[in-house]
Amino acid sequence: MKGFRGTVAHRFTESPLLQLRLPAWRSRLIAVLILSSFAVLIGRAFYLQVLNNDFLQEKGESRYRRDIEISASRGRIADRHGDVLAISTPMKSIWAMPSDATLTPEQTRQLAALLETDPAQLARKLDTDKAFVFLRRQIPPMVADQVAALKLPGIGQDKEYRRFYPTGDMTAHMVGFTGVDDKGLEGVELAFHGQLLGQPGSRSVIKDRRGQIVEDVGSIKPPRDGKDIRLALDSKIQYVAYSHLKQAIAENNAKAGGIVVLDARTGEILALANWPTYNPNNREKLSGSQLRNRAVTDTFEPGSTLKPFTIALALDAGKVRFDTIINCAPGRLTIGSATIADAHPHGALTVAQVIQKSSNVGAAKIAATMPAQKMWQMFDDVGFGQIPRLGFPGEVSGRVRPWKSWRPIEQATMSYGHGISVSLIQLARAYSVFARDGDLVPLSLTRIDGAAAQGATVFSRQTARDVRAMLEMAVQTGGTAPKAQIPGYRVAGKTGTAHKLEGGRYARKYVSSFVGFAPVSDPRLIVAVMIDEPSSGKHYGGDVAAPVFASVMSNSLRTLGVAPDLPLVVAQSPKSPTVKAKL
Amino acid sequence: MLRLNILLVLAAVLCSLGVVTSQHKARKLFQLLEAEQERERKLEGEFRDFQIELSTWATATRIEKVAREKLKMRTPEAAHVLTATPSGGSAR
Repeated sequence: MKGFRGTVAHRFTESPLLQLRLPAWRSRLIAVLILSSFAVLIGRAFYLQVLNNDFLQEKGESRYRRDIEISASRGRIADRHGDVLAISTPMKSIWAMPSDATLTPEQTRQLAALLETDPAQLARKLDTDKAFVFLRRQIPPMVADQVAALKLPGIGQDKEYRRFYPTGDMTAHMVGFTGVDDKGLEGVELAFHGQLLGQPGSRSVIKDRRGQIVEDVGSIKPPRDGKDIRLALDSKIQYVAYSHLKQAIAENNAKAGGIVVLDARTGEILALANWPTYNPNNREKLSGSQLRNRAVTDTFEPGSTLKPFTIALALDAGKVRFDTIINCAPGRLTIGSATIADAHPHGALTVAQVIQKSSNVGAAKIAATMPAQKMWQMFDDVGFGQIPRLGFPGEVSGRVRPWKSWRPIEQATMSYGHGISVSLIQLARAYSVFARDGDLVPLSLTRIDGAAAQGATVFSRQTARDVRAMLEMAVQTGGTAPKAQIPGYRVAGKTGTAHKLEGGRYARKYVSSFVGFAPVSDPRLIVAVMIDEPSSGKHYGGDVAAPVFASVMSNSLRTLGVAPDLPLVVAQSPKSPTVKAKL
Repeated sequence: MLRLNILLVLAAVLCSLGVVTSQHKARKLFQLLEAEQERERKLEGEFRDFQIELSTWATATRIEKVAREKLKMRTPEAAHVLTATPSGGSAR
């Protein structure tokens, strides 16, 4: 380099030969032109990189980046022991973009065979102007894999969920069901929809030419599966309740019926069944009458099952005592222009016997000693006329008219359960004031794991115990429901037989009911049974509903392992001395 | 100077080759992870199917049918029941 520098005597620009006589503005013009084109380039770059950056970035990413939704499943519904009552399982739906789906007849035939449809029908479905059609929804994933293996153009698939109800019609009204879009439509599925619903997550990925995921980019939003719901329901008790109700309805040729089993200690709903019912897994040909959760949505005039409340109020107010004599002869009582009558005329009865024999006249006479407002207040306190607020669709409050408009005859009929309407679940819950020591337990659909709830006190402890003793007399010999007895347990309960109102008149149609609890020494379960329009000869609550109560109660107590509180009578089976010897 | 440059170029080439390899490895591993996650989803689905199957087999209706018809079981009569008391001994 040194040598090179040494040989150069002068710079080229200094050579006189090269000195061109050009006007100075020309070079300046060129310089300005070049600079201004640079400015244009910088401006364009600024426009692309700064002003329009987001749009272009997005365009670029869309070539390789995809947002994928990660589906979340709906929560399970289980009974108190964890047995599944409702569960979602992944399924696939097959769709087509008709404009892209150009299938050969052979391919159409293969696809139709997998989707179990008619090839002609499938071809018709694909021959539309629509951009998107579902070919078949909710098919098993294995079939969907076979469809994918055919590699048909314009045919794709999506993941979706299907809800299964393993217990079927047995728990249909309790659990309810969901629609295709996973929305709760009935029962617990609707009541707990918010908790059961899952939240789908999403992730952004880079896909390669073959559509395979190559890399995760950005943050992943994980899916949140729906919460599992643990109901208070006991599958075994539910089965016992449902099957005995069904059997009783068939035997009595009845129109409908309902049964509710409550845990008297916690207020948990252990069983709730209605007839007619439906299979939630196959809901074609469903009618409104099958769907109705009668125990919650239908009210009826309860009849004599309401008498204990009238008596309890009178006992509490000190108007009568356990053994006060009420003259019920001659079995009729005229108030104003109306006459009320007993099914079987009685003479003088004690207050306890009014319950035992179920005397309308006796109850009306006792009710007449109390102001209307107090009776209304008591009905309100035990939950009649109030919506139970379980979250079920169509819950009703029943009808208890305001006390100010009560006429004396209405107060009399209400004392034995006419002119007032309640739902079966309200009735069952109201009996908790007798099964417990005078307080009304709040109901719970879900399993309670903590301390048992304490309700508002309605009657004094002594009153509750007195009424309990009266209700026990009602199921003993001489009462209205000896068929409610269970070997080994002390039982208490009350029958109800009410005429049905049709077009404002009482028809020769009946609603037979029975509400009771056991074991009386420490009540554990409350069972309420209602049979609508029994029409095979028998219609008294003691004949129709009490046997259902007895079988459901005895099986449920055995299932729960409740200790018997009555000595079992061994002497009644002299035919089996060998067994006695073994014992 | 020249030697340093060559060294740096060499280092740069090696590093970029390393990047390519590790990127490739990462993608391979990612695909494995994807496959395993897919398997997990499949198994989860299968588990749900088994739960359905289990609860279908275990419906009370079927249990009672099998117990009564196949195993010839029945509810004991009241006279055949013996109650054990917590204090020991038994009562009928």
